[in-house]
Amino acid sequence: MRLFEFAAPKSLEEAYKILSRADADVRALAGGTDLIDQVHQGRRKPSIVMDIKGIPEMKRLAFDREGLHIGAGASCTDIYNFPPVKKNYISIAESAALVGSVQIQNRAGIGGNICNAAPSADTAPSLIVHNARVVIAGPKGQRVLPIEQFFLGPGQNAMAKDEILLGIVVPPPPASSASHYLRFIPREEMDIAVAGVASMVVIDPKSKVCKTARIALASVAPTPVRAKDAEAVLEGHVINEALIREAGEKAINAAKPITDVRGSIEYRKELVKVLTRRTLTKCLETLGNR
Amino acid sequence: MAKIPLVFKVNGEQQEILVQPYQTLLSALRDELRLTGTKEGCSNGNCGACTVIVNGRTADSCLVLAAEANGAEVTTVEGLSQNGQLHPVQKAFMKYGALQCGFCTPGFLLSAKYLLDSNPNPTEHEIRLAIAGNLCRCTGYDKIVRAIQAVAQAEV
Repeated sequence: MRLFEFAAPKSLEEAYKILSRADADVRALAGGTDLIDQVHQGRRKPSIVMDIKGIPEMKRLAFDREGLHIGAGASCTDIYNFPPVKKNYISIAESAALVGSVQIQNRAGIGGNICNAAPSADTAPSLIVHNARVVIAGPKGQRVLPIEQFFLGPGQNAMAKDEILLGIVVPPPPASSASHYLRFIPREEMDIAVAGVASMVVIDPKSKVCKTARIALASVAPTPVRAKDAEAVLEGHVINEALIREAGEKAINAAKPITDVRGSIEYRKELVKVLTRRTLTKCLETLGNR
Repeated sequence: MAKIPLVFKVNGEQQEILVQPYQTLLSALRDELRLTGTKEGCSNGNCGACTVIVNGRTADSCLVLAAEANGAEVTTVEGLSQNGQLHPVQKAFMKYGALQCGFCTPGFLLSAKYLLDSNPNPTEHEIRLAIAGNLCRCTGYDKIVRAIQAVAQAEV
């Protein structure tokens, strides 16, 4: 393994001091399941690896009027076992339960998953459809960004060198809404998405009209993307089979995939169509509207 | 680079060692404490041969820094037996022939224990999901699944 120093601050102030060191390339460590492998392979070369799990704010997991607060150091296991997540943020629970194996989920969290900014990050589309915001912190203070603005490209996020992710805030889900995430992999578990889709719909309980639809895609562009054309097909209408099919077709507009070892451009576009239909259908089933 | 002190409990025993800041927990267990039951397979979190239990939860010890385990309680395969008695999952693996070369076995035993501790009556699907992070190239998994089912059904 490449050499680096290890730091384990116990407070944000301590962490900011380490981040301010001009001579150092600091990389925050949460679950470590991406970072340690990347350092091992020489893909990242930090001079200091800073374990953030000893900072109380980083382990935060709470649900209040503002919504769901996910500390950057909370593990997937912590997150999907948190009752408000299971109840109110189904697609977030589903995607956290798809990240790696049990061993990985016990360490890795959503914070690290988005900081790593892989186009295939399973938790990203679910955060996007739930309108999540990220809280970024550093020596110069805190700032909040919509999750969609956080991803800049493969492995690149919107944080400056001296900033770290503090956590994610997900607003309370609208009444009469449901969300689901599905991905396709060629085996049953333990793989990286060929394509992934999260959908969230808000349905008026009386008229059954779709008030809001949010659809986001993974693994089909340099960053996770929203399928806005597909959303537009659904909003303002009573969702039926024909509209679900049309939304699936339109979702492809947002996909700019590449051909690689996991799948071809054509295959990925086909998956986007099918997974969009399936997640929308599941959302309606959850709401009892089918 | 200066070594850093690591104080933690391994299999119930307090340990104080010095580790490199970049040393993995896997290496600390094997190379410093000579607990070689924990195996190194892929070194990237796919194979699960290095699975240990850290503060009650399984982890791939190749993807944990030793320094992260400061203050932690770690259980390795060496800590599974109690008072000279093998753990029920160990007995079941023997009885059902759930191993051939044995290299993956320590990891499977800890994943099985972790599953059964929280879910004493898992379905076959739950068992297969729980061991998805452990690769075995010999058995084809079937006997491993049967062994874990046998523990759940108290047949060992």
